[in-house]
Amino acid sequence: MARSSVPSANRKPAPAPAAKRAPRSPPPQRLAVLVATRKGAWLLHGDARRKTWQIDGPHFLGHIVSHLVLDPRDRRTLLAAVRTGHLGPTVFRSTNLGRTWKEAAQPPAFAKPSPGLSPRAVDHTFWLAPGHAGERGSWYAGTSPQGLFRSEDGGESWVPLPSVNDDPQFREWMGTVQDGTPDGPKLHSIIVDPRDPAHLYFAMSGGGVHESTDGGRHWSPLVEGLEVVEGFEPATITFHDPHVVRMCPSNPDRLYQQNHCGIYRIDRPGERWVRIGARMPRRTGDVGFPMVVHPRDDEVAWVFPMDGATVWPRTSPQGRPAAYVTRNGGKSWQRLDAGLPENQAWWTVKRQAMTPDAQDPVGLYLGTTSGELWTSRDEGARWACIARHLPEIYAVEVAALD
Amino acid sequence: MQVLIPSSLRSYTQVSRVEADGATVREVLADLDRQFPGIRFRMVDELDRIRPHMRVFVNGQATHDLARPLQEGDQVFIVQALSGG
Repeated sequence: MARSSVPSANRKPAPAPAAKRAPRSPPPQRLAVLVATRKGAWLLHGDARRKTWQIDGPHFLGHIVSHLVLDPRDRRTLLAAVRTGHLGPTVFRSTNLGRTWKEAAQPPAFAKPSPGLSPRAVDHTFWLAPGHAGERGSWYAGTSPQGLFRSEDGGESWVPLPSVNDDPQFREWMGTVQDGTPDGPKLHSIIVDPRDPAHLYFAMSGGGVHESTDGGRHWSPLVEGLEVVEGFEPATITFHDPHVVRMCPSNPDRLYQQNHCGIYRIDRPGERWVRIGARMPRRTGDVGFPMVVHPRDDEVAWVFPMDGATVWPRTSPQGRPAAYVTRNGGKSWQRLDAGLPENQAWWTVKRQAMTPDAQDPVGLYLGTTSGELWTSRDEGARWACIARHLPEIYAVEVAALD
Repeated sequence: MQVLIPSSLRSYTQVSRVEADGATVREVLADLDRQFPGIRFRMVDELDRIRPHMRVFVNGQATHDLARPLQEGDQVFIVQALSGG
């Protein structure tokens, strides 16, 4: 059963068992919060104590920015996935933290279709993921409709991966645009194993979670244990709707997932996901979009539940937004709502719009559908709003700067 | 020939009217892309379909056909049909 749904305003986050934590905590760093919205992008530059933030923007005013990511390998290259309501999708690059931007020479675009496959055009690039630390300049991109792309030149040119985009089995699993989320089916959660650049995961809404051990030439579904909507057949990959998948930096064999049908964890080489959201308070449920993991403790993860009842209002349950944390791998959850609105707050948080930093204690950052940016400097124990009146926030990333 | 560029694409051209060559709309768009790299893909997708809300007019007549022939002196207007609320 759920341990508690009581606000924890005065409760400090319980320290995790010492053995689970990495021995070193990073020194304080200058951070930038990268905010992608429906109407442009903003950067918030923080001090080392994460107390004051200087807002820089808008960049790309009027453009739909799905994701804004800094390359952690050079800490200079920013990529932005951009389109407008009327212009085609593209990727912009900056090597000076957004002072100037240059468009990719060859943004993600599908190859001419193979015989027998329906032709597709990229509607928007949804997800950007830096490649392996040892493969400087490599990036992956996920698109809507679902496609996987790779760049080897820092995001300047993008090549489609035919093993996904033009594979008849994958195309069947992807379904049609009508099977996807309201603004288009997504390929997301592209994960590169830090121990092995050839070990990859990605997920599709809808279309399941997939794994490759040979750099993306071959893929296997990884959906055992995941539930699907009542009445549908779990063996059919297309019915699986992972909302986001995260790998624990401290233990790449452990993945957490927020799914359309609950919260899950898997420990590789195990093949079976375990539903850990069953211990969430019944009234809150375990539906949502974002899920983030602790940078140094694989037992700690946070979610931000959403009302997924009846017609799927996609609001905070009961209009009372809250994060929930587990500190024991999903055995129990605690509500974290101190500082957040107590009621009549009907926003929620999209799958890319919640992220941790790597500081100690961990900072959390979340962007709302109502254009507010909230942070916590103490792992969710207390929240503060650092920006409001922004457009609807699609994605939030935190970048450590030099 | 002269091509009118919509405001949404002037980040590429800097000006509203540019010169481009070509015997068809497709060739004119290719010439625009040579001069202003990236501009074509914002207007035409990878299936060679003019994107929704982009309109091309030749001498005042709308065309959806990239193969539409052009002659020296034709005026090409590229217009964005803004919509939505």
